[in-house]
Amino acid sequence: MQVELTVNGERRSDEVEPRMLLVHYLRDVCGLRAANVGCDTTSCGACTVLLNGESVKSCTVLVAQAAGQEVITTEGLASDGELHPVQRAFRAEHGLQCGFCTPGMVMAAIGLLAENPHPTEREVREGLEGNLCRCTGYHNIVRAVLAAAREADAEVTA
Amino acid sequence: MTTSGREPGREPGQSGLLAPAGRAPSRPRRAPDGVPAEADRPGAGETAGIGTSVRRPDGRLKVTGEFAYGSDLWMDGMLWGVTLRSPHPHARIRSVQIGEALATTGVHAVLTSADVPGQNAYGLEHADQPVLAADLVRYAGEPVALVAADHPETARLAASRIMVDYEVLPPVTDPVAALAPDAPALHPGGNLVRHLKIRKGDPEPTADVVVAGSYQIGMQDQAFLGPEAGLAVPDGAGGVELFVSTQWLHVDQRQICAALGLPAERVRLVLAGVGGAFGGREDLSMHVHACLLALHTGKPVKMVYSREESFFGHVHRHPVWIDYEHGASSDGTLVYVTATMHLDGGAYASSTPAVVGNAGTMGAGPYVVPNVRIDAYGVYTNNPPCGAMRGFGSVQAAFGYEAQMDKLAAALGMDPVEFRCKNAMRMGSEGPTGQVLDSPAPVAELLRRVQRMPLPESGSADLRSLPGGVGNTTHGEGIVRGIGYAVGYKNVGFSEGFDDYSTARVRLELTGGEPVVTVHTAAAEVGQGLVTIEQQICRTELGVGTVVVVPKDTSVGSAGSTSASRQTYVTGGAVKAACEAVRERLLARVRERGERELAGLRLADGLVLADGAGPVGAIGEFLDAGPIEETVQWRHRPTQPIDPETGQGFAHVQYAFAAHRAVVDVDTELGLVKVVALDCAQDVGRALNPQAVVGQIQGGSAQGLGLAVMEEIQVRDGLIANPSFTDYLIPTILDVPPMRIDVLEYPDPHAPYGVRGVGEPPTISSGPAVVAAIRAATGRDLARVPVRPEHIAGPA
Ligand code: FES
Ligand code: FES
Repeated sequence: MQVELTVNGERRSDEVEPRMLLVHYLRDVCGLRAANVGCDTTSCGACTVLLNGESVKSCTVLVAQAAGQEVITTEGLASDGELHPVQRAFRAEHGLQCGFCTPGMVMAAIGLLAENPHPTEREVREGLEGNLCRCTGYHNIVRAVLAAAREADAEVTA
Repeated sequence: MTTSGREPGREPGQSGLLAPAGRAPSRPRRAPDGVPAEADRPGAGETAGIGTSVRRPDGRLKVTGEFAYGSDLWMDGMLWGVTLRSPHPHARIRSVQIGEALATTGVHAVLTSADVPGQNAYGLEHADQPVLAADLVRYAGEPVALVAADHPETARLAASRIMVDYEVLPPVTDPVAALAPDAPALHPGGNLVRHLKIRKGDPEPTADVVVAGSYQIGMQDQAFLGPEAGLAVPDGAGGVELFVSTQWLHVDQRQICAALGLPAERVRLVLAGVGGAFGGREDLSMHVHACLLALHTGKPVKMVYSREESFFGHVHRHPVWIDYEHGASSDGTLVYVTATMHLDGGAYASSTPAVVGNAGTMGAGPYVVPNVRIDAYGVYTNNPPCGAMRGFGSVQAAFGYEAQMDKLAAALGMDPVEFRCKNAMRMGSEGPTGQVLDSPAPVAELLRRVQRMPLPESGSADLRSLPGGVGNTTHGEGIVRGIGYAVGYKNVGFSEGFDDYSTARVRLELTGGEPVVTVHTAAAEVGQGLVTIEQQICRTELGVGTVVVVPKDTSVGSAGSTSASRQTYVTGGAVKAACEAVRERLLARVRERGERELAGLRLADGLVLADGAGPVGAIGEFLDAGPIEETVQWRHRPTQPIDPETGQGFAHVQYAFAAHRAVVDVDTELGLVKVVALDCAQDVGRALNPQAVVGQIQGGSAQGLGLAVMEEIQVRDGLIANPSFTDYLIPTILDVPPMRIDVLEYPDPHAPYGVRGVGEPPTISSGPAVVAAIRAATGRDLARVPVRPEHIAGPA
C-alpha cells in the first residue's frame, strides 16, 4: 500500500506492506535511527516518537495508522543545530549513559511537558513510567526533565 | 561516510561508526552533520581536566538520536544473519538437514558446525563452547545453524526449515547434584569448573554466639537496553572487518581468529555504539557467526538479536546457593566464618573460574575475620551459561554475609550498624587471603555516613507512593516501614596473577594552527563515560583543550576489558602514561630551544609554564617541528595466583567499598514492596568526573534493587520461562526512588590520580540493604532473592 505522511517536517510517500510497524518504517525506509528497538513486547519505550505531538511507542503503531499525520523523531527536534531544551537538559544533567533509551526518553518527556508544563518530581516519574533505562537509575533523567521545565519557564518570563 | 569534509570516523564523540569507514550507506541517512567540532570543547575559562564534571563528548549525538549503535549499521547489499538455536537443554544431534532452507528464495547461505573453518570452540577462560553445536547441545538456546538472507524475515523463515534431528537427553539442572560421582559428565573433565578453597586461621574455631543460614540468589540478566548487534564485512581478500557492540575488542578478536582459522591481521574489529553492557557483552555472541556468514557469502552480514534472543545470546549472573556459619565472641567480635557456595555456571565455563574466585575471596565480606574456611564451587549444568555481570560473584556473596551480619547482631543484642563497624576492615587489615589492605578502606565511615543521612518522611497517604500504587491495593492499612543497611566490597581489575594492562596512543600536533590531542585506545565505551575520562586526562596532562577520541578498534593494542570497574584505573593509567611520554618530548624541545635553566616546566592552558617566570611560550610553538606521538602499554602492579589449598596470596590489586541504607514500605498482607529510599556512600579514591561517578552509583544501585525484589530469569528443567521484558521485570522509574549519594575521595596511593574503581560496588550493597529493610519490616527470614510477594505474605 501507499502511505503519505510527514516525517520530521518532510512530506513522504512510500510503498509499504500494510503490516509494517512505524518503527521499521522510520528505521528501514526513512533511514532514521533515533527510534531504537529495545524489546519485542511494547515494554521499553526506546522507540518513542511524537505522532501529532503526542508521544507513542512506534513499535506499537502501524505505519498505515500514521498515514496523513505528522511524525517527529528525536532527529527532527533540533532546529538550525540548536538543541531542543529537553535535549539540552538531558545532556547537561547527565541524564544518559549508553544513550539507547535517550531518544525515547526525550520524546516521552516532550510529550509529558506538552500536557503538563510544570510537573512535580512524581509526575515526571509517572509520565515516564513506560520508558526503561538500565544505566542511570533514572535519578538524572528526572532531574533533566525538571530542569527542562524550569528552562522553558525562564524563557517565557525572559 | 556521509559526513562532509571530515575524516571518516573522526566525529568527536562517536565511538561507533555510522557505517563502515569509507563506505557510504545506501539508505538516506542523516549524517551527524549538526556536530561542530567545537561542540564538545570546553568553554572559555573551563579547563575540563580531571576532577570536573565536563559533559560527555558523545552526549550531543546521543540526545539527537544520531549516535550509531550496532543495530544502526547499514551497508549497501548487506545480508541479514539469523541463528537457529536448540530448543532442548541437553540433546545429541543425530543430523542437520539444510536443503529446504537453502532452497528458500533470497537465502544466500545456511551454515552448520561443518562450516567452521578453525577451532569450533571458544571461551574467555576455557575454549569449551562450540561456535555451532556439532554433536551435542548443552543448553536450550545453543546455536546450531546460521542463515544469511536478503531480508531478516526470509532468514527466519529459512531457519525454521532447517531439520535438526535431536536425541533428547535428560538435563542436569541442579549444581549440587551435578557434582555427585554418578552425575553424567557434561564435559570431558567432569562437571567441576573450579573449587576454590580458603583456609585461614584455626581450622576448628569455636565462638560464644553462632548463627547459620542458607541463602539462594536467583539468576539475573544484564538486560542492557540495546540487544546484541553487529555487521561483518568481508575484505575481499579472505579477511573480515567486524563492527560490533562489545566490551573487549581484543579478546573477541583472539577467539574469532581461532574459530575462523585466520591470523589477527585478517580480522579487524571496530567498536559499534554500545547500548549498555554490564558484563553481558564480555563473551562472544553473534561475532563469529556474522563473520562466518560474511566470509561464506562474500557480502556484508548484519545480525541483530531481538529481546527474546538476547536472553539466550549472552551469559547471566550465576545463581548461587550458599551455606554460611558465623561465630562471634559475646563482645561482638567476629571469630570465624565458614561458607560453602555452589555457583551454577550452566553449560559452558565463560568466566566462571574468576566469578568463583571473587565469590570466595570476598566471601567473608569487608570484615576482619581471623578464622576463615570457604569452599566455592563453580559447576557445569545444562542451564543457561553464566558469567560476568556487574559485581561478579561479590553480589551473590553479599546477600548471604550481610544477612548473617544482621542475624549475628540480633543474636548479640547489638545495633546492626554498630556491629558492622566494630568488625569493619580498615587500612592495614588482613583479608581472608592473607592480603593486607594497603590503601584506605573506610568501611565504618561509609556505614556511618549513610546512617546519618536524613530519613524520608513517614508514609504518605497518597496511593501513588504506596506499595501497589494505583493498583489501589491499600490505603495504608497493613503497611510497615523497614530500614536496612548493607556494606560490600569488590576487587578492581583482573586478579590472581592475570597480566592486566592497557595500551594508549596519544598524539599532539598542530591542526589549523592550534594544538590538538588525539587519543586512541581500544577500551570499549559502553555508556560509563570512559571517552570523557580519556579527554579529561589528556587535557590535564598536556594543557590542551581540544582532545579527539579516535573510534575504538584493534589497530591499537589491547586495552583489556571494560569490566571489573577497571577502565578508569587501567586505561586511564595508560592514557596518563602516554601523555607523560608526549609531554617529555615536548619539554625536550623546549629545553633544546635554550630554556634549559628553567625549573618546573609544565603545560597548562595551551602554554608552556615554568617556575618563577612568565609563560615560556605557547605549546603550539613547539609543534612546528612536527607532531609528537607515543604509544604506551601500562600495567597496574602485579597480583599473584592464590595457593590452591589455602587460598592465600596477593590476589587483588585494589578493593572498592560502598554502603547503602534502604527504606522500604511493605504491604504485609499482599507482600508488595515499595523502596522509598536507597542512599549510598562510596569511596571512589578520586572522582575524575564527579557527575559521571554519581551516575554510575545511581545506575548500579538500581540494578541491585532489581535483583533484590524483581529480577530473575526463571529456569525450569533447563528452559528459560520468561525471556521478555513483560515477564523479566527490570526496575522502572517508579520502582527506583530518588537517591542520595555521598562520594568519598580517599586516594589509593598505588593508583593513577588515586582513583578507585566505581562501577560495581553500588550493585553489591544496594540489594542486601533492600532485603534487610524488608526483613526489618516483616520479621521474615527471606533467605532467597529476589524476594517475591509470597515470601512476605505466604506461610512463614
Ligand atoms: S521497542 Fe520496546 S517499546 Fe517499542
Ligand atoms: S542510558 Fe543506557 S538505557 Fe538509559
